[in-house]
Amino acid sequence: METIDTITIDYQHYLTASEIAAIEHEASIMETREAAGIEALKVVQNHRGWVSDDSLYAISDLLAMPVAQLEGVATFYNLIYRQAVGEHVIHLCDSIACHLTDMNGVLEAIKQHLQIDYGQTTQDGKFTLLSNACLGGCDKAPVMMIGSMHYEQLTPDRAVEILQQLANQELPS
Amino acid sequence: MNDAFVSSSICPLTQWADVRQPLDFDGYCQHGGYQGAKSALLEHSPNEVLELVKNSGLKGRGGAGFPTGMKWSFVPMFDANDGNAPENKYLVANADEMEPGTFKDRLLLEGIPHQLVEAMIIAAFTIGANKAYIFLRGEYHLAAKRLQQAINEAYQHNWLGDKIQGSTFSLELYVHSSAGRYICGEETALINALEGKRANPRAKPPFPQVAGLFGKPTIVNNVETLSNLPHILKNGVDWFQAIAPESDAGSKIYGACGRVKIPGLWELPMGATLREVLFDHAGGMQDGLTFRGLLPGGASTDFLVAEHLDTPMDYDSIAKVGSRLGTGGLIVLDNKNCPVAMVLNLMRFFAQESCGWCTPCRDGTPWAVEILTRIENGHGKVEDLDSLNKLCDFMWIGKTHCALAPGAVEPLRSALKYFHDDFLEHIEHGCCHYNPTSVAKRTHVATAALKSQSRAMQGGQ
Repeated sequence: METIDTITIDYQHYLTASEIAAIEHEASIMETREAAGIEALKVVQNHRGWVSDDSLYAISDLLAMPVAQLEGVATFYNLIYRQAVGEHVIHLCDSIACHLTDMNGVLEAIKQHLQIDYGQTTQDGKFTLLSNACLGGCDKAPVMMIGSMHYEQLTPDRAVEILQQLANQELPS
Repeated sequence: MNDAFVSSSICPLTQWADVRQPLDFDGYCQHGGYQGAKSALLEHSPNEVLELVKNSGLKGRGGAGFPTGMKWSFVPMFDANDGNAPENKYLVANADEMEPGTFKDRLLLEGIPHQLVEAMIIAAFTIGANKAYIFLRGEYHLAAKRLQQAINEAYQHNWLGDKIQGSTFSLELYVHSSAGRYICGEETALINALEGKRANPRAKPPFPQVAGLFGKPTIVNNVETLSNLPHILKNGVDWFQAIAPESDAGSKIYGACGRVKIPGLWELPMGATLREVLFDHAGGMQDGLTFRGLLPGGASTDFLVAEHLDTPMDYDSIAKVGSRLGTGGLIVLDNKNCPVAMVLNLMRFFAQESCGWCTPCRDGTPWAVEILTRIENGHGKVEDLDSLNKLCDFMWIGKTHCALAPGAVEPLRSALKYFHDDFLEHIEHGCCHYNPTSVAKRTHVATAALKSQSRAMQGGQ
């Protein structure tokens, strides 16, 4: 009989206690364990920067749900990263209000400053550049989001200034 | 927040909203907070509240404009008198605000979070739901923090939890933060997302009011819609209708973005005209620019132009001139931005955010992007306009699984009508005349062609 290689990652040996606690809390307020899937992906991403295959297997083990279903959820959302990203992920809003107020100039300045295009990470691993559908700051366009911060009323110079400040910041150890 | 709406006479939803520092529990109570919920829970039966909301004429502020009371009345009530029906039911606040050009709910979420908590107590009591969720978009980090703070305070003061304020009604309220996808704002997709599934919209029927979240009766209401409830309960139906006596009842948070002088939000009586919002509040166009057209209620509404500016912004009036009130957020096009590029940007958004479930949307939106890109870059043909018109038909209501593709069609079909000359000029001149680089390239190409032609002629002599 043919055997199929399967990968199982035992969540207890992979996820940390605080990750498991945060995921279990979410599972406790929903009616089913799989309903905590999206929150679980966010919890692990917050701790590890992105969601690797191994993380995906571990979460599916913890929530007792099929890997394929969880992957379907993970790849559906703009804010779940299934590839390694830089320390700061730049989400530049490319929706209509920002388009009308010249986000293109801001985009060109960022690209030139970091020498990367959409979807790429700088060589030093500091920045990843992504677009974002409407950030809801249309009255203060153009807008970008880095981490939980929204930076509004951008000009090309101001955007570069913000990136320089972030690049010089020491990570809290 | 702008001074304009602070000084306007009746703006119940935003009067005490402050995005810098929202009211805490005590502050909110000092300004009449939780009086509406108190009146609902201690002085009314769920049925009476339902009648009040029905009579108020409140319509959904999320885009579709469906009467809120009627939506609620589809929920099967097994024992309407004690507020605790035997079967689980759910209430969900739709705070997945992601329609480009729309930022009104953000003001309410960040500026006055207790108002939404109070509103959800009233709504949950009416439909007999003991569990409620706020489905918040992942990008609104500040709103998540402030809502959680307000919820914690509400639990401390027994406005959430067991037997609220000595009544028989209990409610658990949670914030669910999403991870960024436009389609989650569609109510059945939102329900799938909450269940931890890939957020494709569901087929209707069954409608969520009967079989929604985890298969139980579920009401999904927009944040702004819900936020009206405390004020209706506190001040009564007559007061609510008197805010806008000649229009749909109540107030509306209107917005404006694009290159206007003062982009922002203003809570006004329902039925303010486009001209009032654009010129009296947003200050008109920035210096050196003139008005070309606008989308009256977010990205998925039809363009309106100068001849429509005196239209009142209520559901019926905007529909009569061929568009939709949508979310009430104006996206304003000026004379130095290219209408073709604008529609291309919108179509790219819809193509990216299409869930891919049904063919017209999954294939139609990228196809439209391809054609529009060709035209914008100066490679379009006249036949392309026919193809775009056909696509508008293929993706229209009745041919798709949900409202996303028809929403994408609205700005496109109206742009083809109102900015037809711009499309034609792109095609005839082979460039975008709003874009100097595009014109230069075209001129360069033309000059080069002329030169090689003349060289060929010289060579032939």
